[in-house]
Amino acid sequence: MTDVKPVLRLEDIVKTFPGVRALDGVSFSVLPGEVHALMGENGAGKSTLMKVLGGIYQPDGGAIFMGDQQVVMAGPLEAKAKGVMFIHQELSLAAELSVAENIYLGELPRKSFGRVDWAKLTEQTDAILKKLNVSFDAKTRVGDLSIANQQMVEIARALTVDAKAVIFDEPTASLTDAEKVVLFDVIADLKRDGVGIIYISHRMEEIFKITDRISVLRDGQYQGTVNTADSTEESITQMMIGRKLDLSRNASHHELGDVALEVRGLSCGKLYQDVNFEVRRGEVVGFYGLVGAGRTEIAETLFGLREPSEGQILLDGQEVRIHSPADAISRGISLVPEDRKGQGLVLGMNCRDNMTLPQVDDLKAGPFVAEGAEVAIFDQYRDRLDIRTPGWRAQAGNLSGGNQQKIVIGKWLSMHPNLLIVDEPTRGIDVGSKSEIHKLLRELAAQGYAVMVISSEMPEVLHVSDRIIAMYSGRVMRTFNSEEVTEDSLIKAISGLSDDKAA
Amino acid sequence: MSDMSQNASNLREGMMASMSKQQIGRVLAKQGILIAFAVFMIAFAIASPKFLSVDNVFSVVRSSAIIGVMALGVTFVVISGNLDLSVGSMMSFSTIVVLDLHDKLGPALAIPAMFAMTLCLGAFIGFLVGYLRLNSLIVTLGMLSAIHGLTLTYSGGQNMDIADKEGTWFSVFGQGTALGIPVPILIFLILAALLGMVLAKTPFGRKVYAVGGNGTAATFSGIPRARTVFYCYLISATCVATAGLIQASRSLGSQNTVGQGLELEVLAAVILGGASLLGGSGTVFKTVIGVLILGFIQNGLLLMGLQFYVQFVVTWIIIILAVWLDIAAKRGKLWSPIA
Repeated sequence: MTDVKPVLRLEDIVKTFPGVRALDGVSFSVLPGEVHALMGENGAGKSTLMKVLGGIYQPDGGAIFMGDQQVVMAGPLEAKAKGVMFIHQELSLAAELSVAENIYLGELPRKSFGRVDWAKLTEQTDAILKKLNVSFDAKTRVGDLSIANQQMVEIARALTVDAKAVIFDEPTASLTDAEKVVLFDVIADLKRDGVGIIYISHRMEEIFKITDRISVLRDGQYQGTVNTADSTEESITQMMIGRKLDLSRNASHHELGDVALEVRGLSCGKLYQDVNFEVRRGEVVGFYGLVGAGRTEIAETLFGLREPSEGQILLDGQEVRIHSPADAISRGISLVPEDRKGQGLVLGMNCRDNMTLPQVDDLKAGPFVAEGAEVAIFDQYRDRLDIRTPGWRAQAGNLSGGNQQKIVIGKWLSMHPNLLIVDEPTRGIDVGSKSEIHKLLRELAAQGYAVMVISSEMPEVLHVSDRIIAMYSGRVMRTFNSEEVTEDSLIKAISGLSDDKAA
Repeated sequence: MSDMSQNASNLREGMMASMSKQQIGRVLAKQGILIAFAVFMIAFAIASPKFLSVDNVFSVVRSSAIIGVMALGVTFVVISGNLDLSVGSMMSFSTIVVLDLHDKLGPALAIPAMFAMTLCLGAFIGFLVGYLRLNSLIVTLGMLSAIHGLTLTYSGGQNMDIADKEGTWFSVFGQGTALGIPVPILIFLILAALLGMVLAKTPFGRKVYAVGGNGTAATFSGIPRARTVFYCYLISATCVATAGLIQASRSLGSQNTVGQGLELEVLAAVILGGASLLGGSGTVFKTVIGVLILGFIQNGLLLMGLQFYVQFVVTWIIIILAVWLDIAAKRGKLWSPIA
């Protein structure tokens, strides 16, 4: 190992933002032909580090070396010119242009008078696509491709230059298993060509399948680099969060209370049909299904964002019609929405104002908002949920995903809801906050809250729910008690496969 | 090893230096508007001794009052994430209507009648933008033209004059003084204090920021988005009516085009004050500063002997600079290939 020169070496990289030290002395190196995993919870500094590497941020300290030379990444174009390529999690393609145009954007081959040499462009592109063994050609419009194929276009783009290092940022987030195989083949090819690869992912099984070494960040600090072969999932997790994780199942042992919510024959056009269920105080009811199964739409109906076409909603035994979110809130319904940044928070607003937003009309001193009462509420839920922020004045947008989610949860807990609906409570947040939120949901049930949890993650649903409602294509397929549920039967139910035990 | 620790300490020192640079940058970004104001004032004061004389300062603030009063209302609209380009022609409407009704109904009835009519226009815009969710740029640009047509129809294209200019108490709003301060300045300051408190301290103000910062998240928090935007346009219309009242009272006669082009000056003042056109940020106090900067710059240019119409070009340059510095402060660089 010692005689191989790393293609890329980071030394003591430091980057600070107002109130946050995002990177604090991060050093690691990537060898040619190595797949190097970069792991860490959300907010640990992975994205910041990649932006430093890509020339989008300038580090406040430290140095980047390529081969023997120290380099300065003054901007994205310079990073590309130096052979550092990025395959982004969020795709940055022009949907209306062809595959070829996207791949060679900015560097289209030219003929005289600046005209594009289409023949050459198509030829070059098809040569690259052939290497990737994909089913589309150079002239396909990118908007017509699946997400996985769009990702292939991004990879093809990386192959057009003489890449020395390629960074994959959560590349499998939206890929099917078959598509993953193709991606891993491509990575193996790059590896054979001596390219250094940084692979960012939360998915342990992938990390152990394809990477050679793993570097871990926590709170902006470099935790060390280990050989993948010498590590276990547990040891990596411990490096990432500094302690162990509990993912056991967790049914209630306390008495259940009254029925807080009952839904009878509820339908909403084509979104979901004839849905029946009830939620009692003191229990967590999990809603499991694929994206588009109608779970979020049921939550939105209960929160007054959609009008049901048929059926009844009963709160504490009384039939109600919920016309608006304000209506839902006044009836004691809280919804922690699935899209934290788009629906949960006003990112430019401070933490306190975000947290008290639904009750700002009730917190009054004369005609004004009682700011003292607001700070008291913020302090209370900051302590209870262990929200890490420099103070209530910090903009919500500056917090990590986990802390943002805790602000949203605090916002709705502070309303003391009769029914708490949580949609994808831990999507895109770090492992540590995740287990804290799971624990919180169990505690809330124990305190007598009625909780609905919508999740696409099976371990999460299994871990937090007393009962699980499996949905498929707008219908409730089956309701499981936590003792009887198996992963196998759950998967069958949400895939629409018949199960003889179905009720 | 010792080399490495040497390296590390160098880095740390470098970091300290860059941190203090960052802090300076942060202060500049946050207080930039006040600093710019101070710089302008000092520069003009050196260039022209008359600039900071009491007479001149009063005259600037008084002539800024009309722009200023309208800018207060537009601040609400901009923070709610919308635009109001109709304020100029709406002010022409208010001015013409109140002058016409002055002689027909007497001032005591003319003023409330004019406010009611102007508020109807504001309510109409608020309905289109708030409840129907139409793009505010299109709606208010259209209303700029439509209200101009309405004004001309109302006046028959004639200039409007009060018959008895000497014998009316109506002139107090534009020409009077109270406690030694010109009434237009008083109206501006009182309205600014009032609306400043509404925006900064009341639940409604909080909702305006929430709706402009992230309308979807506001909806998911039970905030009535449409109604909040609607109220912002009502506030804007109230301010426009007040500005029309000051204008009518000052001149006691007016052309149909008295407010023409003022919408851009108003918008310039609001943006200069640092309200983001994306919504969700800005304050009334900053808008007042923006109004004063604009007023003093225009006045300073006149004192330096430049032609009056140069100010139209200068206003545009100021808008561009303000918008540029605003995004530059956000991304920490004057230019960047990414947002």
